[in-house]
Amino acid sequence: MAITREKVEELTAVARKVRRHIIDMTAEAGSGHPGGSLSCTDILVALYFHVMKVDPKDPDWPERDRLVLSKGHAAPALYAVLAEKGYFPVEELLTLRKIDSRLQGHPDMKKTPGVDMTTGSLGQGLSAANGMAIAAKLDGKDYRVYAVLGDGELQEGQVWEAAMAASHYKLDNLTAFVDHNGLQIDGPIAEVMSPEIIQDKFRAFGWNVIDVDGHDFEDIIRGIEEAVNTKGRPTVIVAKTVKGKGVPFMENQVDWHGKAPSRQQAEEALKALGE
Amino acid sequence: MPKIATREAYGEALAELGEEIKDIVVLDADLSKSTKTSVFAKKFPERFFNMGIAEQNLMGTAAGLATCGKIPFASTFAVFATGRAFEQIRNSICYPNLNVKIAASHAGITVGEDGATHQSIEDIAIMRSLPNMTIINPADAVEAKQAVRAAALHKGPVYLRLGRHPVETIFDEHYKFEPGKGVILRDGKDVALIATGIMVAEALKAAEILAKGGINAMVINIHTIKPIDKEIILQAAECGAIVTAEEHSIIGGLGSAVAEVLVEEKPVPMKRIGIRDVFGQSGKPEELLKAYGLTAEDIAEAARSLRR
Repeated sequence: MAITREKVEELTAVARKVRRHIIDMTAEAGSGHPGGSLSCTDILVALYFHVMKVDPKDPDWPERDRLVLSKGHAAPALYAVLAEKGYFPVEELLTLRKIDSRLQGHPDMKKTPGVDMTTGSLGQGLSAANGMAIAAKLDGKDYRVYAVLGDGELQEGQVWEAAMAASHYKLDNLTAFVDHNGLQIDGPIAEVMSPEIIQDKFRAFGWNVIDVDGHDFEDIIRGIEEAVNTKGRPTVIVAKTVKGKGVPFMENQVDWHGKAPSRQQAEEALKALGE
Repeated sequence: MPKIATREAYGEALAELGEEIKDIVVLDADLSKSTKTSVFAKKFPERFFNMGIAEQNLMGTAAGLATCGKIPFASTFAVFATGRAFEQIRNSICYPNLNVKIAASHAGITVGEDGATHQSIEDIAIMRSLPNMTIINPADAVEAKQAVRAAALHKGPVYLRLGRHPVETIFDEHYKFEPGKGVILRDGKDVALIATGIMVAEALKAAEILAKGGINAMVINIHTIKPIDKEIILQAAECGAIVTAEEHSIIGGLGSAVAEVLVEEKPVPMKRIGIRDVFGQSGKPEELLKAYGLTAEDIAEAARSLRR
């Protein structure tokens, strides 16, 4: 899985495209969640463009690796990654949140090719990922399951029910990411309701814990490699990220959690992101 | 007739089906001895998952398993299945229309001594409100057993309502359960008694009581509350008066479902036998059925009042 210099450059280019889509999509929709979409972009790009065994031509391929975007409000990031990967036309991205679109405000597995689980109500995704990981073990299949959670999402009790179960059932084919951008709607997570120390909590629940820089592809891949090689327990990768990453006026600004840029702001954002 | 609880039939049916349908997996929330999933667990330990006292994760895990082609049966008490984990059922199971079977035991007031916290009297109402959900409430052990198979074969979410308390066996081995189809158990023309679950046996007794007073009652078993059998309700409406009977709140259950059909298609006078918007209490099942007006005599009296 080790990553070459060229591959890092390729992923960087894909991530730039994905971030541009996120800006265009939310601007066009007039609503959506750019901040948390931009923060988990590199994680999703690393997974879909370097790690996961998937076939965009056969989205329901039974042997595929699965991804559950538990922080479903980052749907624009997932859709942009799926479109760039070839699951559906890139042009369709601009239908986000519009009536009759396949791209719902939050991921809908029955509408969007490549979406493995319907999510959006926070706290539910890790449980579903557990179910997929258990199914793989039952069937003796070697596919892996990835879940991406928000750090604010960790305030949901169900996350810890699922964390307990993943460890109890030794789901070493499951890797969870925490997109640790430190912000939620009402402010910094540390002020609203601190889930810290996240690493200690997962460790106490029996998980293998890895810290990575969520915007450094080499570091993300190193983390996943270690997760794949860890047997007998699930791994959580706590990815330090920046909310709004790549768009200077959005970075670390809580206001950009659930607000779409105006067309003018979008132009400014696209300029900052570059071609 | 032997008295058997529908949960007993569930446990037995599940263990049998497990042999035949290898995709069936069973999850429980630390109540396997009570919900009777323990029978399956003993036979197929590798396909049984105790999720501990964590109902939200129970439903979410079942959803994940279903996305991979498994047929999960998730069991716990009705009050926790539909109450504690409602939103997981809504967003992770019903919205994506996943093939999860929620088999909830200890439904209704006949849970008995545990009292109001454990007596689920609103579960049908809650589950009825969800698109894609099918609701089956078997009347006896024979029907329950067949309903488990029907649930397994149905593609999509099913809520199977099961009881703790032994109920009289109504059906014999020739009975054939058809999902979505009400069953006329007794023909009559003066009044129709439409019942579900353990109240079907009471409705049959009520018809006997009424017959002695010269009232000829039709008795219908509605095992599938959603989708409701409109046709049979409209047929019942020909009697000119309808009494519904359920071990559930009069709000949102069978009575409401029947009333919704009647009011739009063919309004006739009706009465609802059920728990009248109050919480239950501790007591013996029979005492509670009497205290909350859920006996054959209550059904008969409601029928008489409509005839007056």
